[in-house]
Amino acid sequence: MGSYIIKRIAVGIVTIFLVATITFFLMYLVPGGPFLSEKSPSKQTIEALERKYGLDKPVYIQYLNYMKGLIKFDLGPSLKMRGREVVDIIKTRFPISAKLGGLAMLLAICIGIPMGIFSAINRGKWFDNIVMVICTFGIAVPGFVVATVLMYFFGVTLHILPTRGLDSPAHYILPVTALAFYPTAYISRLMRSSMLDVLGQDYMRTAKAKGLSQFKSLFKHALRNAVLPIITYLGPALAYILTGSLVVEKIFTIPGLGRQFVSSITDRDYPLIMGLTIFLAFLLITMNVIVDIVYKIIDPRIKLK
Amino acid sequence: MAEKTKELTGKKYPLSFHLDVSDFLPAEESEKQSAVVMRESISFWKDGLRRLRKNKLAMTSLAVLIIIMIFAFIVPEIYPYSYEQQIRGSENLGIMKYSTQELERKANGEFVFPHILGTDSLGRDYAVRLMMGSRISLIVGIIASLIILLIGSTYGAVSGYFGGKIDLIMMRIVDIIYTVPDILIIILLSVTLKFPLEYLAENVAGFKWINTVGVGLISIFIVFSLLYWVGMARIVRGQILSLKEQDFVTAAKALGAPHSRIIKKHLLTNCISTLFVTTTLQIPSSIFTESFLSFLGMGVNAPMPSLGSLAADALSGIETYPHRLFLPAVAISLIILSFNLLGDGLRDAFDPKLKN
Repeated sequence: MGSYIIKRIAVGIVTIFLVATITFFLMYLVPGGPFLSEKSPSKQTIEALERKYGLDKPVYIQYLNYMKGLIKFDLGPSLKMRGREVVDIIKTRFPISAKLGGLAMLLAICIGIPMGIFSAINRGKWFDNIVMVICTFGIAVPGFVVATVLMYFFGVTLHILPTRGLDSPAHYILPVTALAFYPTAYISRLMRSSMLDVLGQDYMRTAKAKGLSQFKSLFKHALRNAVLPIITYLGPALAYILTGSLVVEKIFTIPGLGRQFVSSITDRDYPLIMGLTIFLAFLLITMNVIVDIVYKIIDPRIKLK
Repeated sequence: MAEKTKELTGKKYPLSFHLDVSDFLPAEESEKQSAVVMRESISFWKDGLRRLRKNKLAMTSLAVLIIIMIFAFIVPEIYPYSYEQQIRGSENLGIMKYSTQELERKANGEFVFPHILGTDSLGRDYAVRLMMGSRISLIVGIIASLIILLIGSTYGAVSGYFGGKIDLIMMRIVDIIYTVPDILIIILLSVTLKFPLEYLAENVAGFKWINTVGVGLISIFIVFSLLYWVGMARIVRGQILSLKEQDFVTAAKALGAPHSRIIKKHLLTNCISTLFVTTTLQIPSSIFTESFLSFLGMGVNAPMPSLGSLAADALSGIETYPHRLFLPAVAISLIILSFNLLGDGLRDAFDPKLKN
């Protein structure tokens, strides 16, 4: 187990390194620079700024400098928001996105898992059919459609919920619902099919034969086995949702990490692009390792190698 | 007694070697028919299609898709307005409304084709833009999936067939691409690719066609083909691993067939149902991602509409013109839903093993 985790962390570091390298050189292929969009920059100002941030040096030296910083967890200063470190920006923006995403995921789990279980138990009955129809639609509708439709009905037409920013708890309702829509549908469907799979297993028949109550057999035997695929899905999904949905943050004008990424690319804010990409890659890899460990705890039969 | 024996066996005496000539006549058609025990052999495709036809949901989705395709590919060609044509004075018209100039022309007895869904803020007919947007979404979905099919199946087949170290290295690469945060790389790539493509289109002689297709669209294809083949490669590799142990592969090897022929003729043809089904299910997810990119303003180039960019444009005028948001939203959901249901139906019909 310990050696497995060490191995995974080593592979993770290599991956982050590769992602950083690819992103770095991709970024420099984009023409235009971070200082061009400012108001009538003189040549001297641009040169002075470039010298200040080390952008006048050849690309490979810049690359080596950046990598040196990365080892010390120093992501450099932002080129656009003067005087702010990239680490600072992530520190202030990430909690906003994480709070939103965490709430949405919690909502999706709290609705999705029970819905999946009940429709699996009542397979073929009206409840199951309704859930399946909702899930099929939920998976087919893109996030921006859900978000804009919610905004139109509850914000614009009915005027009962605020649609901009995150000032009060009521502000959270619409974006969280919009973010939770797809995961809820996906988790219900996954839970249903994996539950149906487990309910047909021999050990469930044994549990029934030895006189275990339906409640006990369901929660002690079935749920523990059926929840494994959900965990596989949750790991990467959580990493993505925590870093903010680009679309939902754009529609509800939320100053989260997702919007920051889009604007950093249009601004050519090189250190910020790098920092955000590496941060997300780090989060994704960490989540995957955590998923593997949780797997092992839930199902001791699984051998990690 | 003798008479009775003759009746039963056709012989005069029961133990004689007398043969009845009529027994040796060629069989008649009806007798041949009765000897056929097996039913008519059904080909793989016929069998699958027969099962598919029984699936009402999949057939309805197919019908919906065909109707959408007619609207997306045929109707805009005969429609009196074009998607980029700006009609002065007819900006922001409501559904089935005419501008004052058009009303005048109508009063003069001229026939003016109505703006069925109104016009947008630049005076462009919204109905034709919606149809063109659906066309772009469908093209992106289908072509991107075909590219993914091509790269993913080749990669997976090579990796699975050769095995050993080659397999290990190739699958490590797949694992790494899997953990790369795809959305971010897609956005970065689509921005990066725009400029070299524009340069190619303007300065290199053979690449003029890029401008007619649109730089945004091409960069979407490239981005999808660089990142999204990994799922397909994994599925194909899994199939090839079990297929390559079978006797017909050994036979082909013994007969001296080169590797390329074994992969193409024997292995990939044997997992054709998986390829078919996975590609169909890839289409909606490509459309999904394209609409998402366009919504963020990183998809197709300006005058060309896509369902995502139409929805994004409608966002600012949502209070006055809600239909401009809802129509592309409904269209994209309908397309994705239909492809999903059709893909599920195809999977059940052609590849029941894949169901999970």
